[in-house]
Amino acid sequence: MNFWLELTVSVLLMIGGIFVLVGSIGLFRLKDAYTRLHAPTKATTVGLGGILLSSVIYMSHLQGYINIHALLITLFLVITAPVTAHILAKVAMHHKVKTMEPTQNEGLVDTAREQKSVDDDAGSSSDN
Amino acid sequence: MLAFTLLCVGIMISIGLVLNLWRLLVGPDVVDRILALDTMFINSIALIMVYGIHKGTSLYFEAALLIAMLGFVSSVAFGKYILRGDIIE
Amino acid sequence: MSLLSRLLPTPGRSAILLVIWLMLNVTVSLGHIIFGSVFAIAIPLLCAPLQISQPRIKKPLKALKYFFMVLGDVVVANVQVAILVLGPISRIKPGFVAVPLDIKEIRPITILASTVTMTPGTVTAELSKDKRYLYVHVLQMPDDEQEVIRFIKDRYESAIKEMFQC
Repeated sequence: MNFWLELTVSVLLMIGGIFVLVGSIGLFRLKDAYTRLHAPTKATTVGLGGILLSSVIYMSHLQGYINIHALLITLFLVITAPVTAHILAKVAMHHKVKTMEPTQNEGLVDTAREQKSVDDDAGSSSDN
Repeated sequence: MLAFTLLCVGIMISIGLVLNLWRLLVGPDVVDRILALDTMFINSIALIMVYGIHKGTSLYFEAALLIAMLGFVSSVAFGKYILRGDIIE
Repeated sequence: MSLLSRLLPTPGRSAILLVIWLMLNVTVSLGHIIFGSVFAIAIPLLCAPLQISQPRIKKPLKALKYFFMVLGDVVVANVQVAILVLGPISRIKPGFVAVPLDIKEIRPITILASTVTMTPGTVTAELSKDKRYLYVHVLQMPDDEQEVIRFIKDRYESAIKEMFQC
């Protein structure tokens, strides 16, 4: 196997592994449900993207033809990860999950849950 | 070099899975548990793909695709159920 | 022509289905092309009654440019989130903002919300019922919250508006 090809596959795998691990560490470390949402949904799309890309390169080399079907998983995850994150954030809002200490504009949670208008809520944003 | 990288990445993903399991068991709120489950799905896809590279076969691709689809549908169904008390409105 | 348009109500969707079928089987042999074409024609026909009319993408080239811009932003987002997550937690200042929307149709709003969720430290949480505000949770709030709103509106919403020409 070509050295540079092996290096590329290894580097992509390493990047992917690091990002998957960082996503899990974020899920483990962060303090409230909203901030925990950020870590896995973001870090795992690039993490998995790196691993699947390295799989595409390696399999194409191994089997002699361009084998891009692992990219389908990446495509699927890129489309679905925001939907999951949005639904979970919505669940957190409607369940009045506790927020972290320095969270700003907490009033917006109530505004969003009760579908009030943003403009006549004094404690919220858009003070322009 | 590749074998060593595969081992390292496998260990990293497994540590991630353990951390997710901790959040799944402890997680103070139901949102955290669903999120931990969703992340576990994604980590298992990564682990399966790494194993596929290790074995040099793309047979595991189908399993990974199925886990991706099931993971998305089940996370959304969980979320919907918690949100409304009903999966299909 | 009318037969063709009746047989293929959504040509773009049929093409995507055929391409995905061929990618799934990793082949371009004649048998799979015929089989995939049957699916590509039958599935949109069966799903035609489910359709609700949505604005179409008027400028495909702009959409492609937007896709690559978002791809670059996603990589930057991941590095930023990784640094924040691994650093001291007391440095993280989360917050909510309500982003006022100019676009009204549901498909552009969906694309905007997905983009916002994919990119630097922001997750959409709720859309107000009159579709005028998008509630966004920000991982690292700058001192001026208008900065976030301006970033989302200037970078993504204007591009989506150009794409759909609305």
